[in-house]
Amino acid sequence: MSNVLSWITFLPIIGALLIMFVPKSNKSLVKIIAALFTGLQLVLAIWIYMNFDQSTSQIQFREQYHWIPSFNIEYFMGIDGLSVPMVLLTAFLSFICIFASWKIDKSVKGYFAMFLLLDTGMMGVFCSLDFFLFYIFWEVMLLPMYFLIGIWGSPSRVEANGAVRGGPYAAIKFFLYTLFGSIFMLIAMLVLYFNVQDPVTGGHTFNMLHLMDQANHSGVLLNFDLRLWLYAALFLGFAIKVPVFPFHTWLPDAHVEAPTAVSVILAGVLLKMGTYGLLRISFPILPDAMRWHYFAYGLAILGLINILYGAFCAMAQKDLKKLVAYSSISHMGIVLLGMSGLTAMGMNGAVMQMFNHGTGTAMLFLLVGVIYDRAHHRQIDGFGGLAVRMPIYAAVVAIAFFAGLGLPGFSSFISEAFSFLGAFGSEMFDLRLITIISTFGIIITAAYFLWTFQRMFLGELNPKYAELPEINGRELFTLIPVAVLVVLLGVYPAPLLNLMQSSLNELVEVVKTAGPSSSTLLGLF
Amino acid sequence: MALSDIIRDNINSLNYFLPELLLTGLVLLMIIADLLLKKERSPWMSIIALIGSGVVLFAIINQYELGSRSIFNNMLAVDEFSIFFKLLFLATTILVIFLSIASVELSGRSVGEYFTLLMILTLGLFLMASATHMITIFIAIELVSIISFALVTYLKTRRRSSEAGLKYAIYGAFSSGLMLYGISILYGLTGTLNIYEIGEVLAGRDTNSLALLISVLLIMAGFGYKIASVPFHFWSPDVYEGAPTPITAFLSIGPKAAGFAVIIRFFNVALSNYDGVAEQWLALSNINWPQIIAVIAAATMTLGNLVAIAQDNVKRLLAYSSIAHAGYALLGVVVLSSQGVYATLFYLVVYYFMNLGAFFVVIIFQDIIGSEKIDDFKGLASRAPIPAIAMGVFLFSLTGLPPTAGFIGKFYLFAALIKAGPEFYWLAIVGLLNSVVALYYYARILKAMFFDKISEGVSPEPLKISPYYVTLLAVLGIPTILVGLYWAPLANLASHSVHFLPTF
Repeated sequence: MSNVLSWITFLPIIGALLIMFVPKSNKSLVKIIAALFTGLQLVLAIWIYMNFDQSTSQIQFREQYHWIPSFNIEYFMGIDGLSVPMVLLTAFLSFICIFASWKIDKSVKGYFAMFLLLDTGMMGVFCSLDFFLFYIFWEVMLLPMYFLIGIWGSPSRVEANGAVRGGPYAAIKFFLYTLFGSIFMLIAMLVLYFNVQDPVTGGHTFNMLHLMDQANHSGVLLNFDLRLWLYAALFLGFAIKVPVFPFHTWLPDAHVEAPTAVSVILAGVLLKMGTYGLLRISFPILPDAMRWHYFAYGLAILGLINILYGAFCAMAQKDLKKLVAYSSISHMGIVLLGMSGLTAMGMNGAVMQMFNHGTGTAMLFLLVGVIYDRAHHRQIDGFGGLAVRMPIYAAVVAIAFFAGLGLPGFSSFISEAFSFLGAFGSEMFDLRLITIISTFGIIITAAYFLWTFQRMFLGELNPKYAELPEINGRELFTLIPVAVLVVLLGVYPAPLLNLMQSSLNELVEVVKTAGPSSSTLLGLF
Repeated sequence: MALSDIIRDNINSLNYFLPELLLTGLVLLMIIADLLLKKERSPWMSIIALIGSGVVLFAIINQYELGSRSIFNNMLAVDEFSIFFKLLFLATTILVIFLSIASVELSGRSVGEYFTLLMILTLGLFLMASATHMITIFIAIELVSIISFALVTYLKTRRRSSEAGLKYAIYGAFSSGLMLYGISILYGLTGTLNIYEIGEVLAGRDTNSLALLISVLLIMAGFGYKIASVPFHFWSPDVYEGAPTPITAFLSIGPKAAGFAVIIRFFNVALSNYDGVAEQWLALSNINWPQIIAVIAAATMTLGNLVAIAQDNVKRLLAYSSIAHAGYALLGVVVLSSQGVYATLFYLVVYYFMNLGAFFVVIIFQDIIGSEKIDDFKGLASRAPIPAIAMGVFLFSLTGLPPTAGFIGKFYLFAALIKAGPEFYWLAIVGLLNSVVALYYYARILKAMFFDKISEGVSPEPLKISPYYVTLLAVLGIPTILVGLYWAPLANLASHSVHFLPTF
């Protein structure tokens, strides 16, 4: 199976093209094609998992071709232990989401074609090792996302204060924010390109592996080392995607207005791209900047703010979907904190948390979708005693909530513990105080999840919902695989951990030791 | 030079002037044909124009084999640079002929003189691309301007059309006057009007830099008027809105690209020295014109984009967006490198596809629903999906998002800027921030078409789009996407066309 990465990336597009030729009236065929192609993608992802050599940190399944020779742009795909979990997550959630979208009724062809295009963009980001290619995939994702939120999200409405909200508003907000971030990424990418030389040809290159060669990086801009500027520019691009406070304001809008499946993809996969970008590009290419204490502490503190601020905001929400959206901000903060300490444990915890948050939040959004389809609102206080009426639903929600608050036995417990312990034990920076304060986030998280559970499911049954139907088979089909993964990885995390360990340990070593020492960087001050 | 030498040079030059001669012949033929066919509103005029254009196309391609040389005693240059632009102009003309055939707007008027004027306009553009003497530059610009005035007012009965033509003419006369004055100062400073000689004289001795600065600024008024850069842009929104839409599409590409041809040739030959090793020009030491152009570029794109936000009329919005795009294309001129010129050429080709495409969709909707207002575009995606999707492609390309040609065009421009060093980073940031602004107003059109519900009182019936329209949309839309995925051939063409006399 050569070119497996090309196949896994472009299979969805082939599906999308096929969908174009399906007659408009044949809605079920469109869905079947979408399910088939994402299913094949999942099979390929599992094949990759089986054949991936976990013992090495090397790039595997490498594909490298010239694309635009005059500018040295390559079609360079490859994965290591950092990307494989993300590839698996993307394939898994895309497949699940096709079924979560089964009830979509408005321009079905357009929806699934856009969804598959989005799938290709996401997969491409995680597989590409040429910065230019990475950027193309990164941007390609924006277009389908814009339409998915705008057309199939909630319709425009006028709020009490006169502001226009709804899908179209959220879509353009998401689009503008992300584009704003990526222009700085583009500039940083070009500056890197003109700084770096391919050791073989001597020309400039976008090859990420060559970009890592520290001998290439030099220069001063406005009294600061150029690398610091580059790091800051890249960080801005990635931070908006994560989203890091204070760039997070697009997230609650987009997540709440998007249709269920798109919220799942947004929270489950798209947010991970920000942290993935940091780990794939910023850390290894600009290790000196990362080791610069202002940036390292800055990252940790932003993580702290995300954790606490996200949790407090979640607690204040009346809308269940908004609560889940803010909980994502809080959980992504743990990823930032975990990676900021530059320890093997923290790094493994961070990437595990990326995966586990992907599955956990997917469950939460799917569950929100289930209740919204029935009750047509999401007000937490508008329910009550649902456990009587919908015991199975309540049980699944309980699993998702426990996973969300990091109870032992659920996957996120392990990744959160690793992240906190890793940050606490950092040798390079003293993050103990920051970590200690951050852990309060766990308590707040437990509080809002439990409180929400209590308000929705316990107590007197709201008579309005006495006839609410129980969760159905299709919905369970989307939820159970995710729930199994959440519990399984909570009890036995080794499959995930082994997958990433060697690459991430290597990454930590690279960031800690590569390049001229920090003192040359600080010599400027 | 003896008189006989001059005459011999002129006669020898004729062979190199074949495309222009053929075009002149075509114009004469069309005038006669129009007289004979006057009675019937026949399609013959457009067919003659198309066939003639095809012949001219072959003559232009043939010029690649003749090689570069300066003709008519250094009045004009035939080089890869001018051939590139002639191809671009001819492609624009051909496409605009196709658009005009379809346009309902023009159907009430006799088309004979319309197509004839269009071909004369093309001739003017050809001359602009190859002019190497201030006088030929001036004459070519005037030829283009005067014909443009006539074409803009072609819908005599429409008030906006006449008003636009008048404004255009007044601004044109004014900026021509300024440019002539600038040329006269330059002549006073250097004693010559040939741009090569101007370059040599200016490089050879210290001229009064204030006088030079004033003359360059005045000349820039003439050039800036052609590309509609700030602060010489005021005419363009009114003209674009008032003119028949095919002419608007033509004006937004043809004269604009020709303006760039003149700007690049004039500034790089007359006001810089070429360093062949570094593939880089050096601006004359006593005038920092790259910074002047940098400021003009930044102002042009920022103003164009910010004002576009407030527009309710799609045609007017596209007018402001095309002001902004002139600002982008200027970025390649600022850096004074082959890479910059190359990026500008590449961008102009890309711009040809996406901008003509966007205007074409406006023509389609204008013909069918009779309006250019954004509000009337509501829900069009469900009534006419093909033009709506095509519009999406063109607008995303104009924004500069992958995987469309527009992204690659911008990528090359910004790559040239970044390569030029930290002194232009600010310009790159301004330019890229502008694309975020641009996204905002382009997205308003998309929102109306895709997200908004059909207005009340408008029938939700699907609209009939003729296969002719669909074909033309494909001709413009497919390259817009393909170039975004694989652009090596176009990159080769552009890098080939950077060569102009006499520097290589």
